[in-house]
Amino acid sequence: MSRSHEVLRGARDTVPMILGAIPFGILFGTLAGASGLSPALTMAMSLLVYAGSAQFIAVTLLAGGAGLAVLLLTTFVVNLRHALYSATLQPFVRHLPARWRLPLAFWLTDETFAVVQHRYAERDASPYRHWYFLGSCLAMYGNWQLCTAIGLAFGRAVPDLAAWGLDFAMLATFIGIVVPMLRNRPQVAAAVAAGLTALACQGLPYKLGLMAAALVGIVVGVLLERRQAVEPLGEGA
Amino acid sequence: MDPIVLILGMAAITFAIRYSLFAWPDLRFPPLVKQGLHYVPTAVLTAIVVPGMLLPDGRHWALAWDNAYLLAGLATVLIAALTRHLLATIAGGLACFFLLRWAFGQLPL
Repeated sequence: MSRSHEVLRGARDTVPMILGAIPFGILFGTLAGASGLSPALTMAMSLLVYAGSAQFIAVTLLAGGAGLAVLLLTTFVVNLRHALYSATLQPFVRHLPARWRLPLAFWLTDETFAVVQHRYAERDASPYRHWYFLGSCLAMYGNWQLCTAIGLAFGRAVPDLAAWGLDFAMLATFIGIVVPMLRNRPQVAAAVAAGLTALACQGLPYKLGLMAAALVGIVVGVLLERRQAVEPLGEGA
Repeated sequence: MDPIVLILGMAAITFAIRYSLFAWPDLRFPPLVKQGLHYVPTAVLTAIVVPGMLLPDGRHWALAWDNAYLLAGLATVLIAALTRHLLATIAGGLACFFLLRWAFGQLPL
C-alpha cells in the first residue's frame, strides 16, 4: 500500500472513534465555557493538551475552584495510562526518526492507540504503517478541534447541553473497543479484575484508582496466561 | 491561577507521558513486560468504563433502575458482543442511552 493509501485507511478506520468523540468534544467545549475559561484558552487547551478525559476533568475541577497543583497532579495520574500505550507501540515506531516519533507521541490518544494497534497486529510487510498511524491522528485531532469549537458555540445557545449526558459516548466507544478483545480467559479475567479494582478504589484522590485498576488487571491477565501455559489445554477451555 | 500556566503545564505533562517510551528507540522489553502489554487496552479501558456506568458523576453510586449509564452500558456490551462492529456498537449504544434518558424524563426538553 502506498503512503496516501495508508493515511486514508488510517483516517477511515478512525471514523467510528470520531462518532464517539463528537458528543464528548462538544460537551468539553460547553463545560469549558461554563468553567470560566475563555474561548481562546479553551481552544488552546484542545490544541496543545489534546487529551479528552484529562481536559474534561480539568475544567470540572476548575469550575469547582481547584488549585494548579491538584489540576496538574490529576492530569498526570489520569494520563499515565498513555505510558502503557507508548510502551505497547514503541517496538513499531522505534525505527522511525524523532521527527516522526515526536508528533505521533503528541497525538497518541486512547482511540488512535486502539486503531493503530490493530493495524500493527496485521503482520504484513508494508513499510508505511506509520503513515496509517498519522492518518488516524490527523482525523482524530481535526475532529477534536472542530467539536471543541462547536461546543463553545452551542454552549451559549443551548445552556442545558451539559445535562444531556453526552459523556456516555466515551463509555460506548471504550466498550466497543474492549468487548471484541475478550477472546480468551486471561483477557476476561483482566477486565473483571480491573473493573472490580476500579470500583474498590474509586474513592482514591486524583483518580489514582484508574492506574491501580489497570495494573491489577494486567497482573491478573499475565498470571492466568502463565498458568494456562503450564497446564496446556486444561479444563476444556 | 494563570490559566496559561495550567494549559502549558497540562500539555507538557501529557506529552512527556506519551513520548516516554518513544524517546528510547534502543530499549527492548523483557518477555514478561511484553506479555503484560497485551492486557493494557482491556485493563485500562475497563477501569474507565465500569465506574463510568456505576458512578456516572464520579462520586456517587447509582445502583438504580433508572440509571441510563448502567442500562445503556449493558446494552452496548451486548451489541458489541453480538455484532463485533465498532460503528454499530457506538451508534447503537448512544441510541439506547438517549432513548432511555428520554423515557426516564432525564433529558432537559
